[in-house]
Amino acid sequence: MYTFDLTDEQRMLTDMVHRYSERTLRKIYREAEESHELPPEVIEQGWELGLLPASLPEDYGGFGEYSALNGALIAEELGYGDMAASLALLAPNLVATPIYLCGTEEQKQTYLPLFTDAEPPKAASAFLEPVILFDPYQLRATARREGDAYVLNGKKAMVINAPEAELFLIYAHDEKADSPQAFLVPTPAEGLSIGEREKWMGFNALKTFGVELKDVRVPAVNRLGGAAGIDVQRILNSSRIALSALGVGLARAAYEYARDYAKERVAFGEPIAHRQSIAFMLAEMAIDIDATRLMVWEAAWKLDKGQNATHDAYLAARYATHVSLKVTDGAVQVLGGHGYIREHPVELWLRNARSLATLLGAVTV
Amino acid sequence: MPIDFEVPEDVKNQGNLTQMVAEQVMRKSSRYYDEHEHERPMEYINFIWPFMKTMEAANLKHSLKRADKGNGNGNGHKKASTAQVGMIHLIESLSWGDAGIYLSTPSSALAGAAIQAVGTPDQKERFLDRFTHGEPKWGAMAMTEPNAGSDTSAIRTRAKLDPETNEWVLNGEKIFVTNGKLALEESDGLIVVWATLDPSLGRAGMRPFVVEAGAPGVTVTKQEHKLGIRASDTVSIVFEDARIPYDNILGSPELKKPGAKTEKGFKGAMRTFDSSRPFVAASALGVGRAALEFTRQKLAEEGITVPEAAPYHKLSAIQRDLIQMEADLKAAWLLTVRAGALMDAGKPNSLEASMCKVKAGKSVTTITQKCVELLGPLGYSREFLVEKWMRDAKINDIFEGTGQINTLIVARRILGYSRRELK
Repeated sequence: MYTFDLTDEQRMLTDMVHRYSERTLRKIYREAEESHELPPEVIEQGWELGLLPASLPEDYGGFGEYSALNGALIAEELGYGDMAASLALLAPNLVATPIYLCGTEEQKQTYLPLFTDAEPPKAASAFLEPVILFDPYQLRATARREGDAYVLNGKKAMVINAPEAELFLIYAHDEKADSPQAFLVPTPAEGLSIGEREKWMGFNALKTFGVELKDVRVPAVNRLGGAAGIDVQRILNSSRIALSALGVGLARAAYEYARDYAKERVAFGEPIAHRQSIAFMLAEMAIDIDATRLMVWEAAWKLDKGQNATHDAYLAARYATHVSLKVTDGAVQVLGGHGYIREHPVELWLRNARSLATLLGAVTV
Repeated sequence: MPIDFEVPEDVKNQGNLTQMVAEQVMRKSSRYYDEHEHERPMEYINFIWPFMKTMEAANLKHSLKRADKGNGNGNGHKKASTAQVGMIHLIESLSWGDAGIYLSTPSSALAGAAIQAVGTPDQKERFLDRFTHGEPKWGAMAMTEPNAGSDTSAIRTRAKLDPETNEWVLNGEKIFVTNGKLALEESDGLIVVWATLDPSLGRAGMRPFVVEAGAPGVTVTKQEHKLGIRASDTVSIVFEDARIPYDNILGSPELKKPGAKTEKGFKGAMRTFDSSRPFVAASALGVGRAALEFTRQKLAEEGITVPEAAPYHKLSAIQRDLIQMEADLKAAWLLTVRAGALMDAGKPNSLEASMCKVKAGKSVTTITQKCVELLGPLGYSREFLVEKWMRDAKINDIFEGTGQINTLIVARRILGYSRRELK
């Protein structure tokens, strides 16, 4: 039966994350962007919310259960605050969730408790590659089986906090399986080198790096999922839902900012929101944001029910990409010249929104 | 209740029958009634009537029972039900069959909704009982006038009380009345007419009146020729000293000054839009799905299918169009279901109703035009139905409030503005 209400528990969860977003992330985002640095205490405070442990069962040191829907609710609230901080905070999820979804029992027992410590875990996922025409199903990094080990070669990009990582989850094309597979690589690892810090159009507070793999030998037992390997689609579905929700939050932030500005800003004797040309832009933003959120929720709901959510997550991701870009661009437009100035956040939100297509692995607009 | 996208069981169960009607009855005569405007799709009407009168009987019984229990006058939706989402699914499926024929469904329709919304138990009994038995009957809503469309405050049809006979006397002209001729001349139906008791009061002077078939002074003057939904009856109605009983007014005849809290009759009947707008959206989405399914099928015959979850650079322009159309349909569908579910749960949904109407009207207008384009001569040909679907779809961006009016409603709501602040 169709219902669209949060449970009391979900309401508490989103309220908590919203408070963190509003009171912490919204205070530091500009300074962080300009200085290319997130205050460590901000991430620590975020980690103290216990969002990741709450998504892991007790068996692995957590105190909750995995729910794509709850993940989407959290991601939207974080995205509403700041994208760089959100991604920094969610970076460990990009390792923990695949282990939870696709790992062997032994891998889960070994690695997941690392993600329930009081300190933010030092783990990084290496999925994207520094290429145009990126294809998540045809990775260019390779994994070749040699005896009891896999040998990894290739280049990865956008690896968050790579220099500090004590554990990498590296995706590569498994030549024998002829499919994308993931490998747990503790550091130091011979042949793995970390490049210069990458420079992006947006979220400059986020530290990301290129990672080069030259004959990196990984014990065969470290292939995620063991002999069975992984179904990359499961991982993509879950990350697409989370990133799409982040996009919804980002779009919501821009829409609300533009809406409030338009009610304040007076031109020709009345607030510009009194004009249909502005009011209609805002109305369409509101409609598109609601529609995208519903698409994200539906995909997450399906995933949680164990149904095939691939297509829904894909459509949601496309919509989220498109809508977050359109809405943030519209917000800059509503603010006019002021939107272009770095004193207001909307120009940063537009730059951040542009990244979603890339992060989502070429789902794009 | 947690977030849940499961189609309710009873709604699922109605699906098979609806699909059968849509395929076997509606699709088969779709082209015929498009090309024979003003003829009635009697096969469909006779087929669907037994189901409709059963549904009307259940609705009426339910509504009177609630009134009996002392739950006000039985209006409103206090208890969670699946009535709205059930209708949304039904209308989507029937419109997949044929949107014009669907509009010819014999039922109390918008008139029934207004009577249910603000009528007294006695009025419900008196006006709605006819829809529960006998021959097929229609109810209709007469609001638009030659000089008053979305601006209902410009309505000039006058209602005056004749104290001698205690009757209302109506004068004026209504246009674009869906099912007006069916309601007044071809069945023992009725229409709800919006008229003003005092034009100087604007909307505050407006009241809905029930005009039954056979009322003196009521003439159907014109049957329109339309772009699409040609199977649907659209007429002009003239009132010349038309006389109706005093008890046919919906809501109170007492007038208040403009600016005073809007009278219940007006507001209550306006609330019928909260359910009718999602219905229009659902109808649009049925047409959109029909067009997209057909286009997909024809392209598949040419070897063009859409690979699942493929990266963008691996998709052709046509494949991208197909994905975009599907995503737009889904987005609009979810907004529509949400608007219906809110009403079923007894929650306010005016904002959401306008939102889904805007999204569905616009999306399906674009989708059907794109389908005509993608199919080339097949799309443009009257041998197939795609060109018809494009014509049919357009009405959904117009009636029950144009896309612009509904965008305006959304804008006012999200900005917290009055009609004066945001014109």
